[in-house]
Amino acid sequence: MKPFTYVRAGSPAEAIGAFQDGAAYLGGGTNLVDLMRLGVTAPAHVIDVTGAVSDEITARESGGLTIGAGVRNTDLASHPLVRERYPMLARAVLTGASGQIRNAATVGGNLLQRTRCPYFQDVTMPCNKRSPGSGCQAMAPGADTEHLAILGHSPFCAATHPSDLAVALTALNARVHVASPADVGQSAGPDNSRWIEMPGLHRLPGGVPEQDTVLKPGELITEVELPPPSGASQAPARQTYRKVRERASFAFALVSVAALLDVGPDGLVRDCRIALGGVAHAPWRAHAAERVLLGAPPATAAFAGAAEAELRYARPLPGNEYKVALARNLITSVLEELTP
Amino acid sequence: MDSAYATDITLTVNGEPRAVQVDNRMSVLDLLRERLGLTGPKKGCDHGQCGACTVIADGRRVNACLALAVAHDGASIQTIEGLGEPGDLHPLQRAFLRHDAFQCGYCTPGQLCSAVGMLTEPGPSAVTADLAADPPLTPGEIRERMSGNLCRCGAYVNIVAAIAAEVPKSATGAGT
Repeated sequence: MKPFTYVRAGSPAEAIGAFQDGAAYLGGGTNLVDLMRLGVTAPAHVIDVTGAVSDEITARESGGLTIGAGVRNTDLASHPLVRERYPMLARAVLTGASGQIRNAATVGGNLLQRTRCPYFQDVTMPCNKRSPGSGCQAMAPGADTEHLAILGHSPFCAATHPSDLAVALTALNARVHVASPADVGQSAGPDNSRWIEMPGLHRLPGGVPEQDTVLKPGELITEVELPPPSGASQAPARQTYRKVRERASFAFALVSVAALLDVGPDGLVRDCRIALGGVAHAPWRAHAAERVLLGAPPATAAFAGAAEAELRYARPLPGNEYKVALARNLITSVLEELTP
Repeated sequence: MDSAYATDITLTVNGEPRAVQVDNRMSVLDLLRERLGLTGPKKGCDHGQCGACTVIADGRRVNACLALAVAHDGASIQTIEGLGEPGDLHPLQRAFLRHDAFQCGYCTPGQLCSAVGMLTEPGPSAVTADLAADPPLTPGEIRERMSGNLCRCGAYVNIVAAIAAEVPKSATGAGT
Protein backbone atom coordinates (compact mmCIF):
# COMPACT_ATOMS: atom_id res chain seq x y z
CA MET A 1 0.00 0.00 0.00
CA LYS A 2 1.29 3.46 -0.89
CA PRO A 3 1.89 5.78 2.08
CA PHE A 4 -0.80 8.41 2.56
CA THR A 5 -1.51 11.38 4.80
CA TYR A 6 -4.56 11.14 7.04
CA VAL A 7 -6.81 13.87 8.34
CA ARG A 8 -10.15 13.84 10.16
CA ALA A 9 -12.62 16.41 8.89
CA GLY A 10 -15.15 17.89 11.32
CA SER A 11 -17.52 19.35 8.73
CA PRO A 12 -18.26 19.09 5.01
CA ALA A 13 -16.48 22.43 4.47
CA GLU A 14 -13.41 21.11 6.27
CA ALA A 15 -13.46 17.92 4.19
CA ILE A 16 -13.77 19.84 0.95
CA GLY A 17 -11.08 22.28 2.08
CA ALA A 18 -8.71 19.36 2.64
CA PHE A 19 -9.50 17.79 -0.72
CA GLN A 20 -6.81 17.88 -3.38
CA ASP A 21 -5.68 15.83 -6.37
CA GLY A 22 -5.10 12.23 -5.34
CA ALA A 23 -7.26 12.46 -2.22
CA ALA A 24 -10.01 10.04 -1.18
CA TYR A 25 -12.81 10.41 1.35
CA LEU A 26 -12.92 7.61 3.94
CA GLY A 27 -16.17 6.36 5.46
CA GLY A 28 -16.26 2.97 7.14
CA GLY A 29 -13.41 1.84 4.91
CA THR A 30 -14.85 -1.58 4.16
CA ASN A 31 -14.37 -1.09 0.40
CA LEU A 32 -11.72 1.63 0.18
CA VAL A 33 -9.21 -0.05 2.49
CA ASP A 34 -9.65 -3.32 0.61
CA LEU A 35 -9.08 -1.59 -2.76
CA MET A 36 -5.97 0.12 -1.38
CA ARG A 37 -4.65 -3.23 -0.21
CA LEU A 38 -5.36 -4.78 -3.61
CA GLY A 39 -3.53 -1.91 -5.32
CA VAL A 40 -6.64 -0.97 -7.27
CA THR A 41 -6.53 2.53 -5.83
CA ALA A 42 -3.68 4.39 -4.13
CA PRO A 43 -4.76 7.73 -2.68
CA ALA A 44 -1.97 10.00 -1.47
CA HIS A 45 -4.33 11.68 1.00
CA VAL A 46 -7.13 10.08 3.00
CA ILE A 47 -9.75 12.39 4.47
CA ASP A 48 -11.87 10.69 7.16
CA VAL A 49 -15.38 12.09 6.78
CA THR A 50 -17.16 9.96 9.39
CA GLY A 51 -17.12 12.98 11.72
CA ALA A 52 -17.92 15.46 8.97
CA VAL A 53 -21.44 14.32 8.12
CA SER A 54 -24.48 13.44 10.20
CA ASP A 55 -24.94 9.93 11.56
CA GLU A 56 -28.59 10.51 12.43
CA ILE A 57 -31.93 9.59 10.88
CA THR A 58 -34.63 12.22 11.32
CA ALA A 59 -38.32 12.24 10.42
CA ARG A 60 -39.37 15.16 8.23
CA GLU A 61 -42.67 17.00 8.58
CA SER A 62 -43.69 15.87 5.10
CA GLY A 63 -43.58 12.25 6.27
CA GLY A 64 -40.25 11.52 4.67
CA LEU A 65 -36.89 10.81 6.27
CA THR A 66 -33.48 12.46 6.23
CA ILE A 67 -30.61 10.00 6.55
CA GLY A 68 -27.14 11.31 7.37
CA ALA A 69 -24.41 10.04 5.06
CA GLY A 70 -22.51 8.81 8.11
CA VAL A 71 -25.30 6.51 9.32
CA ARG A 72 -23.97 2.96 9.59
CA ASN A 73 -25.80 0.32 7.60
CA THR A 74 -26.78 -1.56 10.79
CA ASP A 75 -28.43 1.54 12.22
CA LEU A 76 -30.25 2.28 8.97
CA ALA A 77 -31.74 -1.21 8.69
CA SER A 78 -32.78 -1.41 12.35
CA HIS A 79 -34.36 2.06 12.57
CA PRO A 80 -38.08 1.78 13.48
CA LEU A 81 -39.24 4.28 10.83
CA VAL A 82 -37.20 2.62 8.09
CA ARG A 83 -38.62 -0.79 9.01
CA GLU A 84 -42.16 0.54 9.16
CA ARG A 85 -42.31 2.93 6.19
CA TYR A 86 -39.56 1.74 3.83
CA PRO A 87 -39.37 -2.04 4.25
CA MET A 88 -37.64 -2.47 0.88
CA LEU A 89 -34.83 -0.26 2.15
CA ALA A 90 -34.40 -2.21 5.39
CA ARG A 91 -34.43 -5.49 3.46
CA ALA A 92 -31.96 -4.24 0.85
CA VAL A 93 -29.46 -3.18 3.50
CA LEU A 94 -29.90 -6.40 5.47
CA THR A 95 -29.10 -8.51 2.40
CA GLY A 96 -25.82 -6.66 1.92
CA ALA A 97 -22.48 -7.96 3.21
CA SER A 98 -22.13 -9.32 6.77
CA GLY A 99 -22.97 -8.10 10.27
CA GLN A 100 -19.39 -6.91 10.79
CA ILE A 101 -19.31 -4.95 7.54
CA ARG A 102 -22.77 -3.42 8.07
CA ASN A 103 -21.58 -2.16 11.47
CA ALA A 104 -18.77 -0.21 9.79
CA ALA A 105 -20.17 0.71 6.37
CA THR A 106 -21.79 4.13 5.99
CA VAL A 107 -24.64 5.26 3.73
CA GLY A 108 -22.37 7.58 1.72
CA GLY A 109 -19.68 4.95 1.36
CA ASN A 110 -22.17 2.28 0.39
CA LEU A 111 -23.43 4.43 -2.50
CA LEU A 112 -19.89 5.17 -3.68
CA GLN A 113 -18.45 1.66 -3.38
CA ARG A 114 -16.74 0.36 -6.51
CA THR A 115 -17.70 -2.56 -8.72
CA ARG A 116 -16.68 -6.11 -7.79
CA CYS A 117 -15.98 -6.93 -11.47
CA PRO A 118 -13.19 -9.53 -11.23
CA TYR A 119 -11.10 -7.68 -13.80
CA PHE A 120 -11.40 -4.33 -12.02
CA GLN A 121 -10.16 -5.92 -8.80
CA ASP A 122 -7.26 -7.79 -10.45
CA VAL A 123 -4.46 -5.33 -11.16
CA THR A 124 -2.77 -7.78 -13.57
CA MET A 125 -5.72 -7.48 -15.96
CA PRO A 126 -6.63 -4.70 -18.38
CA CYS A 127 -9.54 -2.59 -17.13
CA ASN A 128 -10.79 0.71 -18.52
CA LYS A 129 -12.36 1.62 -15.20
CA ARG A 130 -9.20 1.13 -13.16
CA SER A 131 -6.73 2.13 -15.86
CA PRO A 132 -8.48 4.14 -18.61
CA GLY A 133 -7.56 3.05 -22.11
CA SER A 134 -6.09 -0.32 -21.08
CA GLY A 135 -9.04 -2.31 -22.47
CA CYS A 136 -11.82 -4.43 -21.03
CA GLN A 137 -10.96 -8.01 -20.22
CA ALA A 138 -14.67 -8.81 -19.87
CA MET A 139 -14.97 -8.43 -23.65
CA ALA A 140 -12.24 -11.01 -24.33
CA PRO A 141 -13.24 -14.48 -25.56
CA GLY A 142 -13.84 -16.85 -22.69
CA ALA A 143 -14.04 -14.06 -20.10
CA ASP A 144 -15.80 -14.66 -16.79
CA THR A 145 -18.97 -12.64 -17.33
CA GLU A 146 -21.22 -14.36 -14.83
CA HIS A 147 -21.56 -11.30 -12.59
CA LEU A 148 -21.45 -8.64 -15.31
CA ALA A 149 -24.00 -6.38 -16.97
CA ILE A 150 -26.82 -7.24 -19.34
CA LEU A 151 -28.21 -3.71 -19.66
CA GLY A 152 -26.66 -0.35 -20.48
CA HIS A 153 -23.07 -1.51 -20.88
CA SER A 154 -20.63 -0.29 -23.51
CA PRO A 155 -17.77 -1.94 -25.42
CA PHE A 156 -15.49 -0.33 -22.84
CA CYS A 157 -17.06 -1.65 -19.62
CA ALA A 158 -19.62 -4.21 -18.49
CA ALA A 159 -19.19 -3.74 -14.74
CA THR A 160 -22.22 -3.80 -12.44
CA HIS A 161 -22.85 -1.57 -9.43
CA PRO A 162 -22.76 -3.73 -6.29
CA SER A 163 -24.85 -1.68 -3.82
CA ASP A 164 -28.17 -3.09 -2.61
CA LEU A 165 -28.98 0.17 -0.82
CA ALA A 166 -28.70 2.12 -4.09
CA VAL A 167 -31.26 -0.14 -5.78
CA ALA A 168 -33.84 0.52 -3.06
CA LEU A 169 -33.13 4.27 -3.07
CA THR A 170 -33.62 4.25 -6.85
CA ALA A 171 -37.07 2.68 -6.51
CA LEU A 172 -37.99 5.04 -3.66
CA ASN A 173 -37.23 8.25 -5.62
CA ALA A 174 -34.69 9.27 -2.99
CA ARG A 175 -32.46 12.27 -3.52
CA VAL A 176 -28.88 12.70 -2.47
CA HIS A 177 -27.54 15.94 -1.00
CA VAL A 178 -24.01 16.80 -2.02
CA ALA A 179 -21.64 19.47 -0.72
CA SER A 180 -19.56 20.89 -3.53
CA PRO A 181 -16.26 22.75 -3.78
CA ALA A 182 -16.87 26.42 -4.62
CA ASP A 183 -15.29 26.05 -8.05
CA VAL A 184 -17.64 23.28 -9.18
CA GLY A 185 -19.72 26.10 -10.61
CA GLN A 186 -23.07 26.14 -12.30
CA SER A 187 -24.51 22.90 -10.93
CA ALA A 188 -24.10 23.84 -7.28
CA GLY A 189 -26.38 26.38 -5.62
CA PRO A 190 -25.35 29.50 -3.73
CA ASP A 191 -24.54 27.48 -0.60
CA ASN A 192 -22.23 25.22 -2.60
CA SER A 193 -24.48 22.22 -2.39
CA ARG A 194 -26.83 20.43 -4.74
CA TRP A 195 -29.42 17.68 -4.84
CA ILE A 196 -29.14 14.66 -7.12
CA GLU A 197 -32.26 12.62 -7.80
CA MET A 198 -32.14 8.83 -7.72
CA PRO A 199 -31.81 7.35 -10.25
CA GLY A 200 -29.20 9.81 -11.44
CA LEU A 201 -26.28 9.58 -9.03
CA HIS A 202 -24.75 6.61 -10.84
CA ARG A 203 -24.07 6.73 -14.56
CA LEU A 204 -23.75 4.25 -17.41
CA PRO A 205 -20.18 3.57 -18.55
CA GLY A 206 -20.23 4.83 -22.15
CA GLY A 207 -16.72 5.88 -23.10
CA VAL A 208 -15.67 6.96 -19.58
CA PRO A 209 -16.15 3.93 -17.32
CA GLU A 210 -13.67 5.38 -14.82
CA GLN A 211 -16.50 7.65 -13.67
CA ASP A 212 -18.98 5.65 -11.56
CA THR A 213 -21.15 8.63 -10.66
CA VAL A 214 -21.97 12.19 -11.70
CA LEU A 215 -20.06 13.55 -8.69
CA LYS A 216 -17.25 15.96 -9.46
CA PRO A 217 -13.85 15.81 -7.74
CA GLY A 218 -14.16 16.89 -4.12
CA GLU A 219 -17.93 16.61 -3.93
CA LEU A 220 -19.14 14.94 -0.74
CA ILE A 221 -22.45 13.18 -0.08
CA THR A 222 -23.85 14.65 3.13
CA GLU A 223 -27.33 13.12 3.39
CA VAL A 224 -30.05 11.18 1.64
CA GLU A 225 -33.65 12.33 1.65
CA LEU A 226 -36.58 9.94 1.27
CA PRO A 227 -39.97 11.27 0.12
CA PRO A 228 -43.04 10.14 2.10
CA PRO A 229 -43.96 6.51 1.39
CA SER A 230 -46.16 5.94 -1.65
CA GLY A 231 -49.85 5.21 -1.12
CA ALA A 232 -52.44 6.31 1.42
CA SER A 233 -51.18 6.66 4.98
CA GLN A 234 -53.73 4.08 6.14
CA ALA A 235 -52.78 1.65 3.36
CA PRO A 236 -49.24 2.32 2.18
CA ALA A 237 -48.09 0.71 -1.06
CA ARG A 238 -46.61 -2.74 -0.54
CA GLN A 239 -42.90 -2.92 -1.17
CA THR A 240 -40.02 -5.34 -0.83
CA TYR A 241 -36.50 -6.21 -1.97
CA ARG A 242 -35.47 -9.62 -3.19
CA LYS A 243 -31.92 -10.63 -4.03
CA VAL A 244 -30.74 -13.74 -5.85
CA ARG A 245 -27.15 -14.77 -5.20
CA GLU A 246 -24.86 -17.77 -5.35
CA ARG A 247 -25.11 -18.52 -1.64
CA ALA A 248 -27.80 -17.70 0.88
CA SER A 249 -25.89 -14.94 2.69
CA PHE A 250 -22.90 -12.59 2.39
CA ALA A 251 -22.72 -12.45 -1.40
CA PHE A 252 -23.33 -9.83 -4.06
CA ALA A 253 -26.47 -9.95 -6.17
CA LEU A 254 -26.63 -11.85 -9.41
CA VAL A 255 -29.92 -10.02 -9.88
CA SER A 256 -31.98 -8.14 -7.30
CA VAL A 257 -35.33 -6.39 -7.49
CA ALA A 258 -36.67 -3.53 -5.40
CA ALA A 259 -40.36 -3.12 -6.09
CA LEU A 260 -43.37 -1.19 -4.87
CA LEU A 261 -46.97 -1.80 -5.91
CA ASP A 262 -50.03 0.28 -5.07
CA VAL A 263 -53.45 -0.84 -6.29
CA GLY A 264 -56.26 1.73 -6.30
CA PRO A 265 -59.91 1.22 -5.26
CA ASP A 266 -60.73 0.45 -8.90
CA GLY A 267 -58.50 -2.61 -8.72
CA LEU A 268 -55.93 -1.14 -11.13
CA VAL A 269 -52.26 -0.38 -10.52
CA ARG A 270 -52.00 3.20 -9.22
CA ASP A 271 -48.28 3.33 -8.49
CA CYS A 272 -45.54 0.94 -9.42
CA ARG A 273 -41.78 1.22 -9.06
CA ILE A 274 -39.26 -1.37 -10.07
CA ALA A 275 -35.47 -1.13 -9.81
CA LEU A 276 -32.97 -3.85 -10.66
CA GLY A 277 -29.56 -4.54 -9.14
CA GLY A 278 -26.74 -6.65 -10.52
CA VAL A 279 -27.64 -5.98 -14.14
CA ALA A 280 -25.99 -2.65 -15.02
CA HIS A 281 -23.32 -0.07 -14.21
CA ALA A 282 -26.00 1.80 -12.26
CA PRO A 283 -29.06 0.70 -10.32
CA TRP A 284 -31.53 0.12 -13.16
CA ARG A 285 -34.93 1.79 -12.89
CA ALA A 286 -37.32 -0.32 -14.97
CA HIS A 287 -39.32 2.54 -16.48
CA ALA A 288 -40.53 0.46 -19.43
CA ALA A 289 -41.97 -2.17 -17.11
CA GLU A 290 -43.59 0.46 -14.90
CA ARG A 291 -45.28 2.09 -17.92
CA VAL A 292 -46.84 -1.23 -18.90
CA LEU A 293 -48.26 -1.78 -15.42
CA LEU A 294 -49.63 1.67 -14.56
CA GLY A 295 -53.42 1.49 -14.93
CA ALA A 296 -53.38 -2.25 -15.65
CA PRO A 297 -54.90 -4.97 -13.49
CA PRO A 298 -52.26 -6.53 -11.23
CA ALA A 299 -52.08 -10.05 -12.62
CA THR A 300 -49.31 -12.48 -13.49
CA ALA A 301 -49.76 -12.00 -17.23
CA ALA A 302 -49.37 -8.24 -16.85
CA PHE A 303 -46.30 -8.67 -14.63
CA ALA A 304 -44.67 -11.01 -17.14
CA GLY A 305 -45.47 -8.58 -19.96
CA ALA A 306 -43.96 -5.72 -17.99
CA ALA A 307 -40.80 -7.69 -17.28
CA GLU A 308 -40.57 -8.60 -20.95
CA ALA A 309 -40.95 -4.95 -21.94
CA GLU A 310 -37.93 -4.09 -19.82
CA LEU A 311 -35.73 -7.05 -20.68
CA ARG A 312 -36.36 -6.55 -24.39
CA TYR A 313 -33.41 -4.15 -24.22
CA ALA A 314 -31.06 -6.64 -22.57
CA ARG A 315 -27.82 -7.45 -24.37
CA PRO A 316 -26.26 -10.28 -22.39
CA LEU A 317 -22.59 -11.11 -22.81
CA PRO A 318 -21.51 -14.63 -23.74
CA GLY A 319 -21.86 -16.45 -20.43
CA ASN A 320 -24.39 -14.29 -18.59
CA GLU A 321 -27.48 -14.95 -20.70
CA TYR A 322 -28.99 -16.57 -17.62
CA LYS A 323 -29.45 -13.14 -16.05
CA VAL A 324 -32.11 -12.15 -18.60
CA ALA A 325 -34.44 -15.01 -17.66
CA LEU A 326 -33.56 -14.57 -13.99
CA ALA A 327 -34.43 -10.87 -14.02
CA ARG A 328 -37.66 -11.51 -15.94
CA ASN A 329 -38.80 -14.23 -13.53
CA LEU A 330 -37.72 -12.28 -10.47
CA ILE A 331 -39.70 -9.18 -11.46
CA THR A 332 -42.80 -11.30 -12.06
CA SER A 333 -42.43 -13.22 -8.83
CA VAL A 334 -41.82 -10.17 -6.65
CA LEU A 335 -44.83 -8.34 -8.13
CA GLU A 336 -46.98 -11.41 -7.46
CA GLU A 337 -45.80 -11.33 -3.86
CA LEU A 338 -46.82 -7.66 -3.60
CA THR A 339 -50.27 -8.14 -5.09
CA PRO A 340 -52.93 -7.66 -2.40
CA MET B 1 9.19 7.05 9.06
CA ASP B 2 8.17 10.34 7.44
CA SER B 3 5.92 11.90 10.06
CA ALA B 4 3.41 12.97 7.37
CA TYR B 5 2.53 9.31 6.98
CA ALA B 6 2.35 8.37 10.67
CA THR B 7 0.04 9.43 13.48
CA ASP B 8 0.10 9.27 17.28
CA ILE B 9 -3.06 7.61 18.53
CA THR B 10 -4.47 6.53 21.86
CA LEU B 11 -6.94 3.72 22.24
CA THR B 12 -8.27 1.50 24.96
CA VAL B 13 -7.52 -2.16 24.36
CA ASN B 14 -9.23 -4.67 26.63
CA GLY B 15 -9.71 -1.93 29.19
CA GLU B 16 -6.12 -0.64 29.14
CA PRO B 17 -5.13 2.70 27.58
CA ARG B 18 -2.46 2.29 24.88
CA ALA B 19 -0.59 5.13 23.16
CA VAL B 20 1.18 4.24 19.93
CA GLN B 21 2.48 5.87 16.79
CA VAL B 22 1.11 4.07 13.76
CA ASP B 23 1.87 4.11 10.07
CA ASN B 24 -1.35 5.48 8.57
CA ARG B 25 -1.60 2.31 6.48
CA MET B 26 -1.74 0.02 9.53
CA SER B 27 -4.96 -1.90 10.16
CA VAL B 28 -6.35 -2.39 13.65
CA LEU B 29 -5.56 -6.08 13.11
CA ASP B 30 -1.86 -5.47 12.44
CA LEU B 31 -1.69 -3.02 15.33
CA LEU B 32 -3.11 -5.62 17.72
CA ARG B 33 -1.00 -8.50 16.45
CA GLU B 34 2.31 -6.87 15.51
CA ARG B 35 2.56 -3.98 17.95
CA LEU B 36 0.50 -4.91 20.99
CA GLY B 37 1.20 -8.64 21.08
CA LEU B 38 -2.45 -9.64 20.92
CA THR B 39 -2.44 -12.56 18.48
CA GLY B 40 -5.93 -13.78 19.33
CA PRO B 41 -7.48 -11.96 16.36
CA LYS B 42 -6.37 -13.92 13.29
CA LYS B 43 -5.41 -12.80 9.81
CA GLY B 44 -7.35 -15.14 7.56
CA CYS B 45 -8.14 -13.39 4.29
CA ASP B 46 -7.24 -9.76 5.14
CA HIS B 47 -10.18 -8.70 2.95
CA GLY B 48 -13.15 -8.76 5.34
CA GLN B 49 -14.49 -11.99 3.93
CA CYS B 50 -13.64 -14.61 6.57
CA GLY B 51 -14.26 -12.88 9.90
CA ALA B 52 -11.27 -14.45 11.68
CA CYS B 53 -10.07 -10.96 12.66
CA THR B 54 -13.37 -9.91 14.26
CA VAL B 55 -12.99 -7.66 17.30
CA ILE B 56 -15.45 -5.46 19.15
CA ALA B 57 -14.82 -1.74 18.56
CA ASP B 58 -16.88 0.67 20.69
CA GLY B 59 -19.35 -2.12 21.36
CA ARG B 60 -19.75 -3.30 17.75
CA ARG B 61 -18.20 -6.28 16.03
CA VAL B 62 -16.05 -5.26 13.07
CA ASN B 63 -13.46 -6.75 10.74
CA ALA B 64 -10.17 -5.51 12.24
CA CYS B 65 -8.43 -6.11 8.90
CA LEU B 66 -10.54 -3.45 7.15
CA ALA B 67 -10.33 -0.95 10.00
CA LEU B 68 -7.51 1.60 9.76
CA ALA B 69 -5.85 2.01 13.16
CA VAL B 70 -5.46 5.75 12.57
CA ALA B 71 -9.22 6.04 12.09
CA HIS B 72 -9.74 4.40 15.50
CA ASP B 73 -7.92 7.01 17.57
CA GLY B 74 -9.90 7.18 20.81
CA ALA B 75 -11.75 3.92 20.24
CA SER B 76 -12.24 1.13 22.74
CA ILE B 77 -11.29 -2.28 21.32
CA GLN B 78 -12.08 -5.64 22.85
CA THR B 79 -10.35 -8.77 21.57
CA ILE B 80 -10.70 -12.41 22.49
CA GLU B 81 -7.98 -11.82 25.10
CA GLY B 82 -10.35 -9.40 26.86
CA LEU B 83 -13.33 -11.71 26.70
CA GLY B 84 -12.19 -14.33 29.17
CA GLU B 85 -9.14 -16.19 30.34
CA PRO B 86 -8.30 -19.69 31.52
CA GLY B 87 -10.21 -20.33 34.71
CA ASP B 88 -12.53 -17.42 34.03
CA LEU B 89 -14.01 -18.06 30.60
CA HIS B 90 -16.79 -16.04 29.03
CA PRO B 91 -20.07 -18.01 29.02
CA LEU B 92 -19.85 -18.27 25.22
CA GLN B 93 -16.34 -19.71 25.45
CA ARG B 94 -17.65 -22.34 27.86
CA ALA B 95 -20.51 -23.06 25.47
CA PHE B 96 -18.05 -23.54 22.60
CA LEU B 97 -16.16 -26.10 24.71
CA ARG B 98 -19.33 -27.85 25.80
CA HIS B 99 -20.68 -28.09 22.25
CA ASP B 100 -17.36 -28.98 20.59
CA ALA B 101 -17.79 -25.89 18.41
CA PHE B 102 -14.39 -25.96 16.73
CA GLN B 103 -11.79 -28.22 15.23
CA CYS B 104 -8.55 -26.39 14.35
CA GLY B 105 -9.57 -23.30 16.33
CA TYR B 106 -8.23 -20.72 13.88
CA CYS B 107 -11.61 -19.06 13.30
CA THR B 108 -12.72 -19.43 16.92
CA PRO B 109 -11.58 -16.05 18.36
CA GLY B 110 -13.41 -14.31 15.52
CA GLN B 111 -16.47 -16.54 15.93
CA LEU B 112 -16.62 -15.72 19.63
CA CYS B 113 -16.17 -11.95 19.29
CA SER B 114 -18.69 -11.97 16.44
CA ALA B 115 -21.22 -13.92 18.51
CA VAL B 116 -20.80 -11.59 21.50
CA GLY B 117 -21.40 -8.59 19.25
CA MET B 118 -24.24 -10.26 17.40
CA LEU B 119 -26.19 -10.97 20.58
CA THR B 120 -26.48 -7.25 21.31
CA GLU B 121 -27.32 -6.14 17.76
CA PRO B 122 -30.88 -4.92 17.42
CA GLY B 123 -33.46 -5.48 14.77
CA PRO B 124 -34.31 -7.88 11.99
CA SER B 125 -32.02 -9.80 9.64
CA ALA B 126 -32.26 -10.82 6.00
CA VAL B 127 -34.20 -13.96 7.00
CA THR B 128 -36.68 -12.22 9.31
CA ALA B 129 -40.23 -12.54 7.95
CA ASP B 130 -41.79 -9.67 9.91
CA LEU B 131 -39.71 -6.49 10.04
CA ALA B 132 -41.88 -4.91 12.74
CA ALA B 133 -40.75 -6.98 15.71
CA ASP B 134 -37.27 -8.04 16.81
CA PRO B 135 -37.33 -11.73 15.91
CA PRO B 136 -36.47 -14.61 18.22
CA LEU B 137 -32.88 -15.77 17.70
CA THR B 138 -33.67 -19.14 16.19
CA PRO B 139 -30.89 -21.29 14.68
CA GLY B 140 -31.85 -19.89 11.27
CA GLU B 141 -31.45 -16.32 12.53
CA ILE B 142 -28.10 -17.19 14.14
CA ARG B 143 -26.81 -18.69 10.88
CA GLU B 144 -27.71 -15.57 8.92
CA ARG B 145 -26.28 -13.20 11.53
CA MET B 146 -23.03 -15.19 11.74
CA SER B 147 -22.51 -15.40 7.97
CA GLY B 148 -19.52 -13.06 8.20
CA ASN B 149 -17.51 -15.79 9.93
CA LEU B 150 -16.24 -18.72 7.90
CA CYS B 151 -15.06 -22.03 9.36
CA ARG B 152 -13.10 -24.14 6.91
CA CYS B 153 -13.33 -27.13 9.26
CA GLY B 154 -17.08 -26.91 8.89
CA ALA B 155 -17.92 -26.82 12.59
CA TYR B 156 -20.98 -24.69 11.85
CA VAL B 157 -23.54 -27.07 13.30
CA ASN B 158 -21.90 -27.02 16.71
CA ILE B 159 -21.10 -23.31 16.54
CA VAL B 160 -24.79 -22.57 16.02
CA ALA B 161 -25.70 -24.93 18.88
CA ALA B 162 -23.19 -23.27 21.21
CA ILE B 163 -24.46 -19.78 20.43
CA ALA B 164 -28.10 -20.89 20.65
CA ALA B 165 -27.40 -22.22 24.14
CA GLU B 166 -26.25 -18.76 25.24
CA VAL B 167 -29.06 -16.74 23.70
CA PRO B 168 -30.87 -15.06 26.59
CA LYS B 169 -34.09 -16.96 27.18
CA SER B 170 -36.05 -13.76 26.52
CA ALA B 171 -34.67 -13.72 22.96
CA THR B 172 -35.12 -17.33 21.92
CA GLY B 173 -38.83 -17.09 21.25
CA ALA B 174 -39.27 -20.20 23.39
CA GLY B 175 -42.84 -20.47 24.56
CA THR B 176 -44.07 -17.83 22.14
